[in-house]
Amino acid sequence: MAEEQEAKRPRLDDEKEDMDAEGSAPGTSGLSTGAPAQRPKKSVQDLMRPYYGSKFPYDEFCAWLAYGHDSKLPQADAMFFQRRELCFTLDGDIFVRYQSFKDKEELQRAMANKVPAKIDIGPIYNVDPQRRKAYTGLAADRVFAPVERELVFDIDLTDYDDVRTCGKEAHICSACWPLMAVAVQVIDACLREDFGFKHILWVFSGRRGIHCWVCDERARKMTDEQRSAVASYLSVYRGSEGGAAKLALSQVSAANHPSVERALRLLYAAWTESILPQQRLLADEPAWKAVLAIIKDEEVCERLHGRWQRAHGRLTSGDISSERWAELSTEIDKVLDSKSADRARKQQLLRARKEVLFAFAYPRLDVEVSKKMNHLLKAPFCIHPKTGKVCVPMDPGSIWSFDPEAVVTVHGLLDEERGSPKAAAAEQAMAEALQTFHGCFLDELAASSRQSIIAKARSAAQAGLAW
Amino acid sequence: MSAWMQKQQARSTRAAAVASAVAEDAAELASEQRISMYTEAPSGEVCIEDFERYAIDRLRVLKGIEEAKTKGFKGDQLQELVVKLAEKHLRGATQQETRWKDAVSHFVLRLAYCKTEDLRRWFLQHECELFKSRFRNELPASQVDFMRRHSFDYEALAGEEYQVLKPDLVKVQESVGNSAFANEIKQATSRDAFFKVPFEQVPDLVATRRVLLKAGWAYVSRHEVASLVVSRFRAGLSHALVLTARRWATIIADEEADRLTPLISTLSERYLGPDYGDERKGPSEAVMAAQIPYLAKESFPLCMQSMYHRLHTDAHLKHNGRLQLGLFLKGIGLPLEEAMKFWRAEFGPKCMGEAFDKKYAYGVRYNYAKEGKRTDYTPYSCMKIIQTPVPRGEAFGCPYKTASPQELTEQLRAMRLPPRVVEEAVSKARGHHYQLACTAVFQGQHNCICESGISHPNQYYDESRKELTAAQGATATVTLGGAEHKTPVVKSSASAQALTAGPTPMTT
Ligand code: SF4
Ligand SMILES: [Zn+2]
Repeated sequence: MAEEQEAKRPRLDDEKEDMDAEGSAPGTSGLSTGAPAQRPKKSVQDLMRPYYGSKFPYDEFCAWLAYGHDSKLPQADAMFFQRRELCFTLDGDIFVRYQSFKDKEELQRAMANKVPAKIDIGPIYNVDPQRRKAYTGLAADRVFAPVERELVFDIDLTDYDDVRTCGKEAHICSACWPLMAVAVQVIDACLREDFGFKHILWVFSGRRGIHCWVCDERARKMTDEQRSAVASYLSVYRGSEGGAAKLALSQVSAANHPSVERALRLLYAAWTESILPQQRLLADEPAWKAVLAIIKDEEVCERLHGRWQRAHGRLTSGDISSERWAELSTEIDKVLDSKSADRARKQQLLRARKEVLFAFAYPRLDVEVSKKMNHLLKAPFCIHPKTGKVCVPMDPGSIWSFDPEAVVTVHGLLDEERGSPKAAAAEQAMAEALQTFHGCFLDELAASSRQSIIAKARSAAQAGLAW
Repeated sequence: MSAWMQKQQARSTRAAAVASAVAEDAAELASEQRISMYTEAPSGEVCIEDFERYAIDRLRVLKGIEEAKTKGFKGDQLQELVVKLAEKHLRGATQQETRWKDAVSHFVLRLAYCKTEDLRRWFLQHECELFKSRFRNELPASQVDFMRRHSFDYEALAGEEYQVLKPDLVKVQESVGNSAFANEIKQATSRDAFFKVPFEQVPDLVATRRVLLKAGWAYVSRHEVASLVVSRFRAGLSHALVLTARRWATIIADEEADRLTPLISTLSERYLGPDYGDERKGPSEAVMAAQIPYLAKESFPLCMQSMYHRLHTDAHLKHNGRLQLGLFLKGIGLPLEEAMKFWRAEFGPKCMGEAFDKKYAYGVRYNYAKEGKRTDYTPYSCMKIIQTPVPRGEAFGCPYKTASPQELTEQLRAMRLPPRVVEEAVSKARGHHYQLACTAVFQGQHNCICESGISHPNQYYDESRKELTAAQGATATVTLGGAEHKTPVVKSSASAQALTAGPTPMTT
């Protein structure tokens, strides 16, 4: 099989991750912390070969990417799977792009052979990407171009560093997970209710981010322009400028698009229950200043700032941030109820209270990933090279109980003594991950792919009769 | 012509029969005559003169649109202007002729503009603008009718579904500031107010959250149907252009090698303004070789500046550069003798005396039509310069296209332009609006407004000279009055208005 090695790295989803200096680099081994270790822990890279040998779920992985074309149905397109680009990252950051495989067996052999540190999934091309050279001549009718691709989203906690108070960069803990959980809720609701998508796969990216794969046929066939449009529709938070969040909310009216209002309801629940208390967003002066900067109203801000400063260090039985949020709300309500305050001021305050939620908690999409058909994205079930965690699928319906710190690792699967409780727990967790993959995604997708192939054949037959 | 016309008539009668139950026949026929989706090429005969004349007339419309956008026209103002332009240039003696001319000119330009990505983008953009303006110019009834006729057979939202969605529909309208329309929906059962379409068909409305989305359907208000129709038009034309490019390469170019090919392949390079070659400059305007260095600094557009700079530092310039710069210099009024002096001096360090005469003098004389075919060569327009492919490392071409954003930033900074102008120009260039970038630089450099936009390097030069003499006059008077600052010279109030209307919108 011809392969293409590219020294130059393509832009990839977790480029930022790899630049982090912290954590042990793949290939070096460290001692496990906690109980004194009996033997040195194996490195992630050492465990990749056995992982690909016995644990990687090839059946599910290939069943997904074949979209029913691996069936015996006479209308199935046997070349479908082979036109998909996979990109292998080999040890030493060598990117091997435009890999393609005939079937599961061929993929399995290649992975056992090359032991990629990472696998990225690209688009489906009009021809087998391995044969693209024949199509890149000058003749305009022989082009090599992507024709299909899942609609993907990438959300990463590092993009929340200006609002996370528990840690920065590669850090992740139970206090910052609510930000990801509400992101899943908001985006998932839009995709299903507004766009009518059904086959949506959510994946933990292995460290502190999440990926979303929308696999409906309609989503896969979208043009780049349409992808950009969806990404823009979903982007209420548009980065920050001079420390202030840029928000795409209605500037002309207090009413917002119904989709944005739904997001607000979801954000509000997450905000009061988890994000506000866990991120301690009003617990100290720098934190509350950031919030008051959005409220803007001088009178309200001064009053609250003064009160909170005087009471600094006060102990409370409840959560200090939640209490202060309630105070802030009361102050705003007072203005809203007062007869003397003018309309513009009331409007501004009303809007500002919403803006706090959008600025702090609205999903921060890396839109570049979503806009183009040929953007690569890390495959589910890969192993994160630094953490050793499996990129497991997540159930959006129970996203709040997902624990990123308890995700099954390659060490748990392969570096614990056979039959030990730890090994058993890891086996169990992996089995559950596969169950999630089936239950939330694959089974329904398979049924609908099958139906769609049959339906296409039928309509083709009818068209044939009509002629 | 007649075969095609018959087909058209047959089609409209058939369509009319289908639709007559719903709409007034008059409106239908009218819309059909004014706008077309250009789904079928006209078949019939057209003489080669008309072929060319029609194409050029349409080109005038498209270039007019480009110019208007450069000046910041948008919305209703733009629409009005575009409709007027089309009226002026594309109107025939009869309605039939108008329709015929519209179709023929469209298809000829398709051929001329299908060959490269850049050309296709330009053509697509301006054809869509033309189509959109014409469509929006139709009455609502006629718009709906046009849609029906072109099987935009969307369901109009009605009945229970409408009632259920009403509060959300109202909210969307309010959020985009259409409160009048929102009230209308709230109060009346305004019929046919919304169409239900797959969201993929209105990406622009989705991106800006101007539609309600439910389960993959977009509910497009009757005020936004243009976006729906234009998006189909754009998709169709974009696809057709690619197909045409293929067919052109494989079939037509050969078959029509003697007749159409030469005409078609120069159409896209056709520059419709004054050609700066024919006008003979009077002696008072003649430029001397010795003046070139300071003129270059003051009044050359960036392309000519950088070629001149390259020539000066390398004491050499390759063929294409010599041609472009040489013709430009001829255009600004450098006579042949002075040109010889200039080139000899610049090449001096590397190539003197006889060697120069042997190698390069011919080229200089050639530019002045004293050698070769002895035709008078005219300076290149921006369009032509922009379209000539530039191999790596060569100095000719339009820098707004060829230079990287970093290089461009540096070059512009070196011209001591205000950072705002540099930024604007670089971002325009990055958006492939090279001539707009050049115009921005011109305006920044001369602190004035360039109404017409830059479309020819010699125009850049001429306007620059005009501005500078005018500015000298202006400063003089101002100083007499005692004030110190230079007042910007605004050439007409119309242009000032156009600019306050805001910058050219980037297409989304
Ligand atoms: S836009 Fe025209 S004048 Fe300006 S640099 Fe480019 S080619 Fe030269
Ligand atoms: Zn944390």
